[in-house]
Amino acid sequence: MKILLDEKQIDQILDRISSNIADDLGSHKELVVIGIRSRGEILAERLCSKLGRLLGKEIPFGTLDITLYRDDIHDPAGDIQPQVRTTEIDFDIHKTTILLVDDVLHTGRSVRAALDALTDLGRPRTIRLAVLVDRGSHELPIHADYVGIKSEVAEEESVRVQLKETDQIEQVTVE
Amino acid sequence: MTKHKKTDFQWRNKHLIGLSDLSREEIEFILDTARGFEEISTRSIKKAPALRGKVVVNMFFEDSTRTRNSFTLAAGRLSADVIEFSKSYSSVSKGETLIDTARNLEAMGVDIVVIRHGAGGAPKLLSRSINACVVNAGDGYHEHPTQALLDVYTIRQIKGTLDGLKIGIVGDIAHSRVARSNIYAMTKLGAEVTLIGPPTLMPAQVQKLPVQVSCDLDAVIEKLDVINMLRIQFERLGGNLFPSIREYSHFFGLTVDRMKKAKPDMLVMHPGPINRGLEIESEVADGPRSVILRQVANGLAIRMAVLFLVNQAAAVEAKEQKS
Repeated sequence: MKILLDEKQIDQILDRISSNIADDLGSHKELVVIGIRSRGEILAERLCSKLGRLLGKEIPFGTLDITLYRDDIHDPAGDIQPQVRTTEIDFDIHKTTILLVDDVLHTGRSVRAALDALTDLGRPRTIRLAVLVDRGSHELPIHADYVGIKSEVAEEESVRVQLKETDQIEQVTVE
Repeated sequence: MTKHKKTDFQWRNKHLIGLSDLSREEIEFILDTARGFEEISTRSIKKAPALRGKVVVNMFFEDSTRTRNSFTLAAGRLSADVIEFSKSYSSVSKGETLIDTARNLEAMGVDIVVIRHGAGGAPKLLSRSINACVVNAGDGYHEHPTQALLDVYTIRQIKGTLDGLKIGIVGDIAHSRVARSNIYAMTKLGAEVTLIGPPTLMPAQVQKLPVQVSCDLDAVIEKLDVINMLRIQFERLGGNLFPSIREYSHFFGLTVDRMKKAKPDMLVMHPGPINRGLEIESEVADGPRSVILRQVANGLAIRMAVLFLVNQAAAVEAKEQKS
C-alpha cells in the first residue's frame, strides 16, 4: 500500500481547486455544486463551502445518485450490486453552471452516467468536472477540468479514497 | 428524513411472491431502495433508463385500476416496454392454461411478469414454471405484497419507524390479501397489530397469526397510532356475513364522531377503492389525517423499486449461470 495523499495534502488540493474555480466560474451567477455519491458528495460539500467563502455567497449544493444510469446494470461486474440511493437536488438546474465533483476519475463511466442523470433533471448552461484523483486509463472521451492529483495507476491496483466523514481516517492510497 | 444508510446487504430474489417469505432486512431494503425512486416522479423528465430494453407484462386476471396503472407507470418510468394482458382479450378465454400463456409470452422475450390472479398460489406456480421474474400483484386471499410495502413505506415516511406502533386493521380480514401482507410486513417491522371486525370476517385460525383481535372498534381506537380501513369486498362476500351494511357501518365505519376518540396524530389509511359512507366517511377520507392519496403516490416508488430489484437479481443469476 502506498499513500498518495494525506489529510493535509487533500485539504491543500481542495483549497487550490476552489480558488481556480472561483477565478474561472466566480462570475457565473448561477453556480451550483453537485457531488456524485458517495465520496464525491463529501468532497463536493467541502468545495462548496470553500467556494462560498471565496465568493462571499452561498452556493447551492446537491447530491446525485447515478445507480439507475450505470451502463453495467444488466451486466454486473461481480456479484456485488450497487444500492440505489437518493438524489437530493432541491433546486432547478436549468441554465445553471454545474460543478460536478467525484473522487476518482478512472474509466469515465460514472461521469457519463452522471451527465445523463443531470440531463434528465434539466438543461444546465455549463457542466465542469472536478476530481480529487485522475488515475488515467479513461475508456470514454471524458476529462476533468479540475484535477487534484494526476497519477498513472496500474490496472490491477486500486485507488482508495478515505474521508473522515465516512471512514474516520483521511487519506488516498494505492493498493 | 433520516440519512440514507448504506448497507452491505445484497438483494437476491428474482421473484416477489409474498412478504411471509421475506425477512425484516429484506423488507427494509426494498423500502430504502424505493426512496431513491421517489425523486423520479418529481422531475421534469420523469424517466430513468434502468430497465431500458426490458419487457414487462401486466397479466391481470382480475379487475384493477390502481395497481395495474401503478405497475404500468412504474415500468414506463424505468424505460421498460409494457404489454397489457387481460383475461377477456386473450386466449385464456379460449381455454389456454396460465402456464402456457406465460410461456408463450416468455417466448416473446418478456423479462418480468406482473400477475394478479383470483387463485392464491398462482404467482408461485408461475415462478416455478418460467424463467422470467414474477411479481405478485395480488393472488386470491393470499398476498398483495406491493400494497403492504407501500403501506409500511407511508407509515415509516411519516412516523419514522414502525417499531412499537399500534396499528389497527379494520374490516373484512378473512377475504383480504391486503390484510395478510400487511400483517406480515407490519409485525416484522416491529409494530403491534390488532385486527378489528365482526367475528364472521376474521380468518380461520386467526390465533396462529402474531396479532390481537377485537370486535369492538370503539374500545381500541384510542390507543391506535395508525388505522387501516379495508374495503368491504362485495364481490367476494358470499352469504350473509353481517346483518346489514348499515349495521356494519355503525359498528366499524370510521366516522367523524369516532375520530374524536382517536389520538390527534393517528394516521388514516385505506388501500382503495373506497366505499364512501360505508367503511369510511367522506370527511375522514378527505380529512387532514388521511394519507390515502399519499399511499397511491408512494405505490409508484415501491413498484419501481421492486421491478428494479427483481431484474437486478435476475442479472446476477444469469451471470452466475454463465460462469
